[in-house]
Amino acid sequence: MTGAVAHDPGSLLEVIDLRIAVDLGDREVAAVDGVSFTLAPGEARGLVGESGSGKSLTLRAIMGLLPGNVRVTGGQILFRGRDLLADGGQLQQQVRGRGITMIFQEPAVALNPVMRVGEQISDGLVQHRGLGRREARAQAVRLMDLVGIPDPERRINAYPHELSGGLRQRVMIAAGVACEPDLILCDEPTTALDVTVQDQILRLFAHLRDELGAGLLYVTHDLAVVAQLCDSVTVLYSGQVMEEGDDLRSVFARPFHPYTDALIGATPRIDGPITRLQAIPGTAPALQDRPSGCPFHDRCPRATEECAEGRIPFAELDRGRRSACLHPLLPAGLVR
Amino acid sequence: MTEPDRLEPATAIGPAASSTIAEVRVAPLRFWGPRFLRSGGLGLWVGGGIMAIMVLAAVFAPLLTSYDPVQPDPTAALQSFSAAHPLGTDNLGRDIWARLVFGARSDLSIATIAVLVPFVLGVVLGTITGYVGGWLDAVVMRIADIVAAFPFYVLVIALVFVLGSGRSSIFIAISVVSWVAYARIVRAEALVLRDREFVQACRAGGIGGARIVFRHLVPNVITQAIVYAMSDIVMNIGVIVTLSYFGLGIVPPTPDWGRMMADGQQFLAGGYYRLTLVPAAAVVLSSLGLSLLGDGLAHRLRISR
Repeated sequence: MTGAVAHDPGSLLEVIDLRIAVDLGDREVAAVDGVSFTLAPGEARGLVGESGSGKSLTLRAIMGLLPGNVRVTGGQILFRGRDLLADGGQLQQQVRGRGITMIFQEPAVALNPVMRVGEQISDGLVQHRGLGRREARAQAVRLMDLVGIPDPERRINAYPHELSGGLRQRVMIAAGVACEPDLILCDEPTTALDVTVQDQILRLFAHLRDELGAGLLYVTHDLAVVAQLCDSVTVLYSGQVMEEGDDLRSVFARPFHPYTDALIGATPRIDGPITRLQAIPGTAPALQDRPSGCPFHDRCPRATEECAEGRIPFAELDRGRRSACLHPLLPAGLVR
Repeated sequence: MTEPDRLEPATAIGPAASSTIAEVRVAPLRFWGPRFLRSGGLGLWVGGGIMAIMVLAAVFAPLLTSYDPVQPDPTAALQSFSAAHPLGTDNLGRDIWARLVFGARSDLSIATIAVLVPFVLGVVLGTITGYVGGWLDAVVMRIADIVAAFPFYVLVIALVFVLGSGRSSIFIAISVVSWVAYARIVRAEALVLRDREFVQACRAGGIGGARIVFRHLVPNVITQAIVYAMSDIVMNIGVIVTLSYFGLGIVPPTPDWGRMMADGQQFLAGGYYRLTLVPAAAVVLSSLGLSLLGDGLAHRLRISR
């Protein structure tokens, strides 16, 4: 497992064999079970999976914001080569806001309802750089301009409930990038928005990436969003990495793992022939009764008996393409 | 407060929303005035009016009467209503109206000031314990439990008895006892807010604990404390009047409603009801005014969130 991800000193973020357990009261179950991936500086990686696949927990573990009944039981999270889990959260606190920031899913609840948005945007700057009132205000205007909020001089005094969903999300993003972090974690930031607004926000992320040179770790269940925004993709299922590709297009064009294939097949397309949407049979296993072996084997069309036994090795099958499958959908010429 | 649809005050009270649903339009009870007054409804108006009149009467007491509230005049004892003495005089010949308005000065001011210390103490402690949790929360809340375990009046009277009567003892006694209510209310709110996403977002942005508590949480929880403070003033008036009635509160000859009631009590049998009834009515009226004000304020603050 760990051997599959080579330690890379030049990387921005390295998650190595991360394990997260959820306390269900009577016992602890593994929600994230040995997840590894690497993010280069300036890279945008999509972290794709269904609800309960552990993608959000992974993100929160990086940020150190796990709920009280959830804890990291193993693995490392290296940010610029230093382990965020090593010193009891001190480094994590240092890095928050300045090194890593996080954009949340629901801008309606992720903003303080009784604080003017201008103050919320500059809050981090006041905290980290000790800006005065006037400078903070000027910076807030500049940031609102950067994220494309029209008429920032007036909107700076608005309260969150006076803004539309799209504008609120822009405010969130402005607050997130205020201290020019190297890594932006996105927890489905466009899920609560209209598709047209979603498109604008995705363009904004692409723009900010160019502008700030920040790495992007984008958690979503929406493959179309990943396709639009990201360079690389990691597909999670039941807390394990199913497939990973450094070039997202090659993964989407020719998925190796049957789960990735099924996921792509279940995505509606606006072009191409009109066919029935391919739903994946069965449902994702609940946290407490995940199957042994490959977690996808009981829904997989290619599964054999050996799929139910032991840990499926995560192997590099092609250049920059890794997958945890015993029967991958390999093109001719590639042998497992 | 948690439902996002409450965030839009216009849809909750606006007439436009109801008119689109059906032809029947129920006009809400409306009053002329600035928006912040209108939305509070009748209670806010009446309560605010009563309190405004009482506070003004207390502030301008020397202008409202030509009599000294303290100086006895044996020649004018126990007079009935008259043009010279609109509410009559007491057993020592002092004008009851004069004593009433000067009494409002001491009672209302002490009641209000005695809210400030527990308010600040309770809000700060409640927010911090609610947010931080852990041993600090356990310790502070157990102390609160101990204070709350005693009946309110028993504890206040015991404290004043130990400290001696007078203004400062009343302040201390009330502060020691009534911060508990603020702390509990605010802590409950802070506990809910702690897991809200905007607090998570603050933490993700590296905002420090003190900044989260004072800049983000306190403005969110303080409305509950403000609403409670209105009824707390009512309670304080009751405490001060009660203490004075028992001779533990404001030291005579400073006029005060509780002392007036206690002094007038012995003349009830003689048919001089007004000696006791007038200050009692003042207590009831001020309590009513503050309750209505608090109610209206609660309504208004809830809508605006």
